[in-house]
Amino acid sequence: MLRSALLRDIAIGAAVILILLLLPMFLPSKAFQDFVIRCASMALFATSLNMLVGYTGLTSFGHGMFYGLGTYSFALLMQRTQLSMPMAFLLTLAITAVTATVVGAICIRLRLIYFAFVTLAMQMLMHSIIISWVGLTGGDQGLQGGIPRRVVAGFDLGNQHSLYIASGVALVLGLIAMRHIVGSSFGTSLRMIRDNEARAAFLGIIVWRVKLAVFVISAMFATVGGVIMSLFISGAYPELINWPISGDAIFAIVMGGIGSFLGPTVGTMILLLLNDLVTRQTQYYGLALGIIILVFALGLRRGVVDFVIQRLGFRTAGGVS
Amino acid sequence: MLEVQHLTKRFGGVAAMTDVSLQFPPGTLTAIIGPNGAGKSTFFNLISGAIVPDSGKVIFNGEDITGLNRAAIVRRGIGRAFQVASFFPTMTVAENLMAAISAHRGHWGDFGRSFPRPGVRTRALEVADLLGLADEADTLSSSLSHGDQKLLDIALALALDPTVLLLDEPTAGMGPEERWQMIEKVQALWRQQSLTLVFIEHDMDIVFGISSTIRVLCYGRVLAEGTPDEIRANPAVIEAYLGTPETEEV
Repeated sequence: MLRSALLRDIAIGAAVILILLLLPMFLPSKAFQDFVIRCASMALFATSLNMLVGYTGLTSFGHGMFYGLGTYSFALLMQRTQLSMPMAFLLTLAITAVTATVVGAICIRLRLIYFAFVTLAMQMLMHSIIISWVGLTGGDQGLQGGIPRRVVAGFDLGNQHSLYIASGVALVLGLIAMRHIVGSSFGTSLRMIRDNEARAAFLGIIVWRVKLAVFVISAMFATVGGVIMSLFISGAYPELINWPISGDAIFAIVMGGIGSFLGPTVGTMILLLLNDLVTRQTQYYGLALGIIILVFALGLRRGVVDFVIQRLGFRTAGGVS
Repeated sequence: MLEVQHLTKRFGGVAAMTDVSLQFPPGTLTAIIGPNGAGKSTFFNLISGAIVPDSGKVIFNGEDITGLNRAAIVRRGIGRAFQVASFFPTMTVAENLMAAISAHRGHWGDFGRSFPRPGVRTRALEVADLLGLADEADTLSSSLSHGDQKLLDIALALALDPTVLLLDEPTAGMGPEERWQMIEKVQALWRQQSLTLVFIEHDMDIVFGISSTIRVLCYGRVLAEGTPDEIRANPAVIEAYLGTPETEEV
């Protein structure tokens, strides 16, 4: 039954990639491709955060540190070393894994609001390092100078269309992998910890190991999102590691639906669309966004996808779906 | 056999447990009674690894398990259920049990294969059936009745194939009729599964009706132990807890 679930996910993923391949023929719009690239980057980030928030009940306010770390590590490795792009990508994942293990080991001992604040503090610390270490990171100017050696196997990621396809593929693969993880026995352990941590421990689960593992895994998916962003903007900027970026991911989760696997992806699309539409009309983007989030929080009282799923009479991913 | 030796635990200045030594031979059905604050729940917490004693030992089948974590103690076969039913409210009854069985089989850290693995659901339904929850298998656990939630809590402990089962007030919050139904189920389980069962209970009719041995705790010490008849006649117990027939609380 589970094998078939994975096959179904892969089939859906293949269909999505096919559609992305065909779309530019009918919709030859640069803006649309930009949108998909930013969406892929942010959706991987938001979905990875939801593994912590929605599935494990660990509300991290500092998840953006790993997204930003991905952009900086990758861009720096490409600029400062002669590594090929795939090697730089793998090394970026390794850097994030090590960092997340250290940060996670400190944070997961704390609960609820304390966990939230310490993750936030960690992100602010990392942001300060990036800002102050001007020689390495370019400080508040960001990391300029572009990203060299973008051709992988004859596929030039400097070309927007190629990056568009690559981002779409990365998003689909990332979502399938995360879906598989939350649908595994490990994923069930996450829900048990969220629902009743003490009972989970009494059933033989070593809670801190599960929490640390999910913290590191989710950080690595966030980093993949960061690498896409780094390729898109050809560098890295301090805004991408500052704390509001974590807030964006939380907005995406809240708007899309914390209880559905695809909620954060849909939420990301809504957030980016709002961003693009509202900033075109008014400079009071924050005000408009705030009102819209209030509508979601007080009106629907759940994200869009959760709302639709419940209207259709299904249970949300709060259980085992 | 489960045995505790000279178990002592203080919380700040309060002696929650002082020099308690008890033995629970295999296959026995023991009630633990005592006034509020006597240290009954603390006693369970000490055995199951929720808290670590200041001194003394917990010995299980010849092995010193004092200070092991909760997971390690569960793996050795000591399961427990809670005074306030403790389960996973966003899951159905079957999912709760499947999660417990998977965890116990050591799959809790496995993200290679999907949940549940083959055979887990079948086993979950067997366990549900033991407690009469089979009809509720696909009910969301948070919408079960209070009594069924207590049964689910016990079922979660049973899903781990324990040899010793600690039940903290299995009948708490139930009406008189419901209590007897619950206790009959517990008694049937004890026989079928040849468990060593230890339970905390305040209903004296139940305690004297079903237990083979009774241990009385008072202010963190063992006040008395013996068969129901011995306990009923023990002057110290009457003084501290049972009261004389005229003053007996209803």
